[in-house]
Amino acid sequence: MSDQFEPVIIGFTCNWCSYRAADMAGTARMKYAPNIRLIRLMCSGRLDPTFVLKAFAGGADGVMITGCHPGDCHYVEQNYKALRRFIILKKTLTQFGIEPGRLKLLWASAAEGAIFTDEVNKFVEQVRELGPLQWPTSGGGLERMFAVPEHMLVKEVTA
Amino acid sequence: MSTNGKPKFAMYWAAACGGCEIAVLNIHEKILDVDANFEVVFWPVAMDAKYKDVEAMEDGSILLTLFNGAIRNDENEYMAKLMRQKSKILVAFGSCANEGCMPALANLYNINEIIDTAFTTPTTDNPQNIRPNTSYSVPEGELHIPTLFPAVRTLDQVVPVDYYMPGCPPESHQIAAVIDLVIQVLQGKAELPPAGSVIGAGGSTVCDDCPRTRNEKKIKKFERIQNIMIDPDLCILEQGVLCSGPATRSGCTALCPKAGSPCIGCYGPAEGAEDYGSRLMTAVASVIDSNDPAEIERIFEGIPDPVGQFYRFNLAGSLLRFSKSAWKG
Repeated sequence: MSDQFEPVIIGFTCNWCSYRAADMAGTARMKYAPNIRLIRLMCSGRLDPTFVLKAFAGGADGVMITGCHPGDCHYVEQNYKALRRFIILKKTLTQFGIEPGRLKLLWASAAEGAIFTDEVNKFVEQVRELGPLQWPTSGGGLERMFAVPEHMLVKEVTA
Repeated sequence: MSTNGKPKFAMYWAAACGGCEIAVLNIHEKILDVDANFEVVFWPVAMDAKYKDVEAMEDGSILLTLFNGAIRNDENEYMAKLMRQKSKILVAFGSCANEGCMPALANLYNINEIIDTAFTTPTTDNPQNIRPNTSYSVPEGELHIPTLFPAVRTLDQVVPVDYYMPGCPPESHQIAAVIDLVIQVLQGKAELPPAGSVIGAGGSTVCDDCPRTRNEKKIKKFERIQNIMIDPDLCILEQGVLCSGPATRSGCTALCPKAGSPCIGCYGPAEGAEDYGSRLMTAVASVIDSNDPAEIERIFEGIPDPVGQFYRFNLAGSLLRFSKSAWKG
């Protein structure tokens, strides 16, 4: 065991392309970093930004959104919606102080197992470089944030 | 304090603007029903009572407390805990108590930035660069002022809440309806809704109450409302002005869109939306009329302050709650 930082990455895959890409990587015995936890959606268009925020608020260090290549969506054009959500989400997260490098969008077809593994590995290294996020809503950070020293507590204030 | 046997009513403001109190007074002659059915024991804006009077009350002796305002400092927190302890029914009243509202936009900055803004900007006359201390010794003794927390919290992030009544402020007709209901419950003519319910609001979105015509939305450019003439009958979002109606809970009867102004989201997340901003981002991303990344970026440049836009009322109640600089400094 090395003591380097191991980021927790949540990856969203679509049923028809990117999940198949991950599947292909698996059946072809291609290796990729175990830091990513994949969650399969039917379509990248199902990706509610809530999922991404919940991942970060729950302790993830990075989130990867994947889907079919533009024009290949099995639900016609829902991956374009995912693209637009990704762009506005990234802008919003930046304002929250979450580095844009912690969010990635990847198009991968069912035949692109090798691309999928490459990109996952690259993303894991990129997030490792950024370091832990440790949003205080996970892991007891809130208690520390709102703990007021006893001597500072207001016992009685006139209204 | 004399007691006349009527159920006790209290209203308190924490980090709030006072608009919620005005909204309660705006129920006009219904306020007489409140007086006829309740004994008002604590309401700093309307009557003289001290915190120590509340401290002296028996636990659970206040039937109904409307708590407005967010939790910004330790005094707010102390009062939230005190009112919880003394009240049977604690209602998070208004947007601040529900989801943080305007005070929570300060969650984008850390305390030093907030204090600097308040005490050193050009509009402040402060040549000695004085900063507030939370305690200060004078010959008469030690003075204390409340300590700011690193971020604003909602009421239910501090104490358990029985009911949620959204709005900035809650609409007076909704307040009157809720007061009517509570009075009917007291008279045994009605039952309270299940604990944890949102009261005094609808279960749908503002769009559902909006009379404007809706077609398929295709937005190529976001407009500022002052730069265009708003068509009086057409959906405001369709005209390129960002309207928060699709993400916002109904209950206000779509007052702003009816008056030609976009919904700004004061009634909070629609039923089932866990994160208000996510719901609004989803809606907005769906109506952008482009599939080209560069063009999409360009269109989104029309939203220069996304957090302020998507979480105007909801930052403290959102999943992330605050920006990194608020907690990291």
